[in-house]
Amino acid sequence: MSVEVAGTGRAKADGPLKLAVPRGALLEGTLDVLDAVGIDTAAPRGGSRALIFPGEEITLVTMRPSDVPIYVEAGAADVGITGKDVLLEQSDRVVYELLDLGYGRCRMVLAGRKGDERLGEAERRLGMMRIATKYPRVAERHFEANGHQVEVIEVKGSVELAPLIGLADGIVDLVATGRTLEDNDLEVREEIVECTARFVANRVAHKLRAREVDELTAKLREAVAR
Amino acid sequence: MIHPIPPGTRDVLPDEMRELRRLRLALAEAFEKRGYGEVATPAIEYDEVLARGDGRTAGSAYRFFDESGDLLALRSDMTLPIARLVASRYANVEPPLRFSYLAKAFRAVRPQRGQMREFEQVGVELIGAPAPAGTVEVIEVLEAALDVAGLDRAVIGLGDADLYRQLLAELGVEGEARDSILARLATHDLVGLEAELSLQEGISDEQVATCLALSQLRGGNEVLEQARAIGGAAVERATARIGETYEALEAKGAAGRVQIDLGLLRDLGYYSGAILEVYDPALGHVLGGGGRYDGLLKRFGLDLPAAGFALYLERVHIAQADGDSGRAEA
Repeated sequence: MSVEVAGTGRAKADGPLKLAVPRGALLEGTLDVLDAVGIDTAAPRGGSRALIFPGEEITLVTMRPSDVPIYVEAGAADVGITGKDVLLEQSDRVVYELLDLGYGRCRMVLAGRKGDERLGEAERRLGMMRIATKYPRVAERHFEANGHQVEVIEVKGSVELAPLIGLADGIVDLVATGRTLEDNDLEVREEIVECTARFVANRVAHKLRAREVDELTAKLREAVAR
Repeated sequence: MIHPIPPGTRDVLPDEMRELRRLRLALAEAFEKRGYGEVATPAIEYDEVLARGDGRTAGSAYRFFDESGDLLALRSDMTLPIARLVASRYANVEPPLRFSYLAKAFRAVRPQRGQMREFEQVGVELIGAPAPAGTVEVIEVLEAALDVAGLDRAVIGLGDADLYRQLLAELGVEGEARDSILARLATHDLVGLEAELSLQEGISDEQVATCLALSQLRGGNEVLEQARAIGGAAVERATARIGETYEALEAKGAAGRVQIDLGLLRDLGYYSGAILEVYDPALGHVLGGGGRYDGLLKRFGLDLPAAGFALYLERVHIAQADGDSGRAEA
């Protein structure tokens, strides 16, 4: 009768709440917010290579931002923080998005080479643009919604390379300051969506550990409102 | 030689099969003891018959033509086949009707997600018994099933499917906007929900905050009072419906593991009134769910209220094994 028939990942509802913390660009902002709500972040700040930092009430588990929805959906982490870009790309994962934390603000954009008419011309002539991206599903949804026909090429590394040496006409990528685009002679052609860090929860943890999850959500809301 | 099987299917070997058999037997007996006779229906049905239930989400993922060109479908749950069975074979029988099942069902899977294409559901259908008594009975049978499986840590979430439909109607939100807001409530995307509600004309900031707060209310009886304090006719009606069910359970001493949850919203189109979800600390996914679907039988030509639940047998088994090992450690 229920529609989700996902796997059977195990998670324990006892012990400290497990919080998935994103490494990389969101790490600094995340640790600052955790400090503000009274969670000890000295250990993860210490440059340790450890991945898990146990605490009295909350255990911090560090991981790639794009892995956060997987761990939280399965209940391996009870709650987590990751970027909206990751949540949009993995929109089929069942996680509860409880709070916009406001930091880590960046834009998902369509970009192309400066002065290059190809994004327009390729589409006019061939009816098809080639777009390289690390966010194939976000890109496909965006162009489909706007009636553009595109061939989306998924790449893992520096997307900026693709239009420079002819793999693609343009890229869809995250832009924070715009410096990487500038350094590679690329420019923003279209803004797709603005992304910030979000606080998410596992669905079962949200029910079975309601008090703890609500308290943490309230504290985070207060901290980011300041 | 290794011969592959499709992703989302699996072989079961004797050790597990023995445990599953004990579990199935215990559940079937618990249902039978409460008057829920077991039924079996074909795994394949005519597509147009199943599509009567709900074309949008419960539709079968696997459809094919038979040798005479008819479109057949593999069932995706047991609620629709039993609705079909009742309408065809029990139309002239005095209700209420009680049925149970232990049956395989089939759903589409997304690659690399560990989802099962073929899975076993156990559950009951109570047809012809309106709320609240019918809902209370179904919850009691669900508790009995959790008890015989030994899942003493499991929690049953109790919500109301009509709450937000009626609340949005009260606020004058209709059409696409309404569907989009309900979808965000169902996925619990609170950030998107707030943005979507704020876009609506004629909804004050206070009403947006009300909606958000409402969706976060879950717990015991006190939750209903908190909700009533928020106010509005839709909230009043929904809390009255939930309260009636909850108080009847309390009177029977059966409310202990029921969590009232005003944020509960399942995305199957056929639910109305009470909705249920089952959680166990051993698993990050729900064990199962159910509720009332008073309009469903009408789509099959028989106007009777109905309620039921289904549990995923494999997940119940995992939770059972986890509970056992926990007890062994203690």
